[in-house]
Amino acid sequence: MEPLKKFSGRVVPLPVRDIDTDQIIPARFLKTIDKDGLGKSLFCDWRYNEDGSPKPDFVINTPRAEGAAILLAGDNFGCGSSREHAPWALMGFGFRAVISTSFADIFCGNCLKNGLLPIAVDDAVSKKLFELADADESIELTIDLEIQTLTLPDGSSVEFPIDAFSKKCLLAGIDQLGYLQQQQEAVLAYEQKRGDLVNTM
Amino acid sequence: MSQPKTLFEKIWDDHVVVHQADSPAVLYIDLHLVHEVTSPQAFEGLRERGIKVRRPDHTIATMDHSIPTRDDRLQVIADPIARKQVEQLRINCKEFGVPLADMGSEDQGIVHVIGPELGVTQPGFTVVCGDSHTATHGAFGALAFGIGTTEVEHVLATQTLLQNKPKSCQVRFEGAAPAGVTAKDLILALIAQIGVGGGTGYVLEYTGEAIRALTMEGRMTLCNMSIEGGARAGMVAPDDKTFEFLRGRPKAPHGADWDKALARWRALPSDEGATYDKTITVDATSLEPMITYGTNPGQGVRVTQAVPDPAALNDANQSAALRKALDYMQLEPNKPLLGHPVDVVFIGSCTNSRISDLRQAADVLKGRKVNPKVRTMVVPGSEKIRKQAEAEGLHEIFRAAGAEWRQAGCSMCIAMNGDQLSPGQYSVSTSNRNFEGRQGKGGRTFLASPLTAAASAVEGVVADARRYLS
Repeated sequence: MEPLKKFSGRVVPLPVRDIDTDQIIPARFLKTIDKDGLGKSLFCDWRYNEDGSPKPDFVINTPRAEGAAILLAGDNFGCGSSREHAPWALMGFGFRAVISTSFADIFCGNCLKNGLLPIAVDDAVSKKLFELADADESIELTIDLEIQTLTLPDGSSVEFPIDAFSKKCLLAGIDQLGYLQQQQEAVLAYEQKRGDLVNTM
Repeated sequence: MSQPKTLFEKIWDDHVVVHQADSPAVLYIDLHLVHEVTSPQAFEGLRERGIKVRRPDHTIATMDHSIPTRDDRLQVIADPIARKQVEQLRINCKEFGVPLADMGSEDQGIVHVIGPELGVTQPGFTVVCGDSHTATHGAFGALAFGIGTTEVEHVLATQTLLQNKPKSCQVRFEGAAPAGVTAKDLILALIAQIGVGGGTGYVLEYTGEAIRALTMEGRMTLCNMSIEGGARAGMVAPDDKTFEFLRGRPKAPHGADWDKALARWRALPSDEGATYDKTITVDATSLEPMITYGTNPGQGVRVTQAVPDPAALNDANQSAALRKALDYMQLEPNKPLLGHPVDVVFIGSCTNSRISDLRQAADVLKGRKVNPKVRTMVVPGSEKIRKQAEAEGLHEIFRAAGAEWRQAGCSMCIAMNGDQLSPGQYSVSTSNRNFEGRQGKGGRTFLASPLTAAASAVEGVVADARRYLS
């Protein structure tokens, strides 16, 4: 995984609340055995007509979405299915962060394990960001993970929360499996004490 | 006397292997359920790193999501991409030594149905699966939650997960639920009350008279949909019903181990005086059968109520969300749902495909015909349930009524296996999600109980099943 520190990017506003992972990537695309190629199916049913042509008025199909790095969405983003294909599709499209007032638990965990930053802001900041994004399509935000801040074009900045462990992993570009593997002695001791309570074989 | 603890805290504390400062807890996982859709990339990760599955004996795989439910599925899976995914699971299980309940095996079924059926789901366990409906297993007094594919890889490799401790919430259903109000109605009523994000960050423990009165299958239905309220997990304290359900199951403890297990399990319920971070109460006595009208499971009302009006909502965001949902559903505000035409009735899914669900549907359908305009599908949750239903003659009741009797799988809950709605069709479905396109692109879903679904199949419109109760 690439280390994630500081980046700037343009914003795609999607002012819809409770966007579920079935909208982010419909189930019919989950038959893949890879992680690649999901970006083109991101928001598929909102994005394409029956004949596969892009719907011109859907924001993902507008010029502002080209090369944009930040998705700005309504409350409770990523609810529903646990499919990690959702962050894979968002990243496949080119997003590096999603801003919302809250995220569903499993989606949030999946993002952090893939280097997609879920940035939770309060209602007032969210409202301001949507206003800015509406007023100026080229608006750029800067995200600095080290100091956990989101900086607006006017230079003002807001802090965002992230758990210390995920932050450390993202900054260093390391995945969490290595940490778990280092605990194997303790796991072995735990298992010996606990005994085998189930056998699926 | 130590500090009183909740059921959740007891299980959590019992499974923390290591907890270092500034890191999440390393949580031991007793049971890992695997299916074809969320595991291929995890097995590939193990392969790339040269890692084995640490505890195949704490792991069990099956196929359910992308497999057809047609009778000829052992001969042919028409979709080449699905076929490849199913074949990949076989390859992965063989290579890594993971037991697999393959199609054609007597153990195959929806992953959340077969765990309890085999007796591998047990009180006090931590249970995970790359599937958000893993909360189902909480019905046994287990801490069970859905995980992503990276975490599937973590558990395969280490039998542990990194977890921050969620908060706890007691959901107390006070009083007894009236006749015709099922577990499905209890959970739909709760989600309508708290919203689809209301449980975010919490593990729910369902308590109260109406919960004690539920069968184990009802408790599974209830816990199954905890995620639809945003909760990480849902659980019910184990009691004699739990133990009786598990007694004699193939993988449940036997002999002296059973007695030891019982002693452990009896100590699990929340202690007197234990506190929760939050408590929600629901008056079960005043509930009625529930149905959803919108595009998330929180958009539900009593079946006798009208479609809500966006103009009546003060919050602009909520009003916009409701307008968007009604536009997709093509429903008019203030019109009753009862009597709304239905094209398809789906009885199945990890929420409502167990034998008692099928018996309830059969009670309504017995001696009746489904409306000829309605395609009615009955899909058992597992091969064992299919056989049991056939032994009881339920399949003959369904077929005589004009319904389809199919092979076990997720079927029309998820529209990735050939079973799906056509654009514009309305379904009454016993599954768990009414998201846009969930049952097929452009399809429109009303979520409800098996009773409501069966009654709607008969009438050809959204119906109140209470008039069919014997």
